Amino acid sequence: MNTSSVSKRDWNIHPPYLYEPYASTVRRSPRKALVPLEPSLSELTGPAFGPDAVRPEDADLTRIPGGAGQAIGQRIYVTGRVLEDDGRPIASALVEVWQANAAGRYFHDVDRHDAPLDPNFTGGGRCMTNERGEYRFMTVHPGAYPWTNHHNAWRPSHIHFSLFGNAFISRLVTQMYFPGDPLLPLDPVLGGVPEEARPLLIARYDHDVTEPGTALGYRFDIVLRGSHETPMETR
Amino acid sequence: MPSPRQTPSQTVGPFFGVGLTRPSQSQHVLVSDRTDGERIRIEGQVLDGVGRPIEDALVEIWQANAHGRYRHPLDTGPAPLDPAFFGFGRCPTDAQGTFRFDTVKPGSIRAANGAAHAPHVSVTVFARGMLVHAFTRMYFGDDALDTDPALALVDSARRRTLVAERTTKGGLVVYHWDIRLQGERETVFFDA
Repeated sequence: MNTSSVSKRDWNIHPPYLYEPYASTVRRSPRKALVPLEPSLSELTGPAFGPDAVRPEDADLTRIPGGAGQAIGQRIYVTGRVLEDDGRPIASALVEVWQANAAGRYFHDVDRHDAPLDPNFTGGGRCMTNERGEYRFMTVHPGAYPWTNHHNAWRPSHIHFSLFGNAFISRLVTQMYFPGDPLLPLDPVLGGVPEEARPLLIARYDHDVTEPGTALGYRFDIVLRGSHETPMETR
Repeated sequence: MPSPRQTPSQTVGPFFGVGLTRPSQSQHVLVSDRTDGERIRIEGQVLDGVGRPIEDALVEIWQANAHGRYRHPLDTGPAPLDPAFFGFGRCPTDAQGTFRFDTVKPGSIRAANGAAHAPHVSVTVFARGMLVHAFTRMYFGDDALDTDPALALVDSARRRTLVAERTTKGGLVVYHWDIRLQGERETVFFDA
């Protein structure tokens, strides 16, 4: 007989609910202390999506399935591994991504930024990790875009990632940033993350991922709260 | 080699619909005609600290089937699986901050030590302005909740923030449950 557990959320790494420089947190942050809950089956289980959750073409954001055209922008590969926090890869993890187009515009009704939409780019994609925990997307480098958080506010280029691990409480939604972006130190969304943990959200340029004549390569590994099995002591 | 560190959370932002909603699927419908159990709707609003509806939140649920079994290798029964029930739902809020799920009422859940958890749904809440998602549980107001081990951890005055009220709307059973991110009646969130 084994007992199961999941690593605690590491609050030295995750941002707090309230981070005033990001103005929207002020009214949307829980203020009462979280109630500690020893995970039971309800928290230790979670949806295990099957291969039918994705199609191969869902991992290529540079084309709309069935469409003839190609998205405008610098083509890039974004790849990496999804791991538990003891280093084991997570196979068959559902990875969902979304991003602005090369001009910094989202394919979304609410986005009123005066930058062009790209008829060949929706900016949404998904894939499942392989048995080594690896995922890979082809996309275009997203543009920066303005927002209203403060005067002259611009979000750095980023790709949103959504992940499911083995437990419902391993769920993670995050954002990947690009190395060397001058907007990074000015961004209150990344800034909500404790300073020493911010590099964990910045992809690495990897020339081995870059493919000749095709696309530049970036590597971004994602670490989720791990599930552990420990033998129950019997006496 | 040192253990890798958890990747920090970030907000879903206002545009998550581009990646997390599927025009071709109703992800808030968890049931088909063949699913076992009592059909219910779970419906409510996500509200901010001044009671304003949040029009760009995303609510996800995970639940056991009507027999109290999760579709997951860690749940080894004895309650039966239902081939017509997966247990995961996702719903973005609308302009009124409303979310809804069409599902079945879950069965009660056995705990490792043999105690039973009252029927409940696990819930995660994401929104623009939330750098980390919130995690909680929703219970059903017509159940006996006095012996539930998770509710027992919650200050009695705040327990009702986790309990949905049973109503009926044109023959449909609707459990109404609002999620308040902040304020006097802030929903209890767990650090699980």
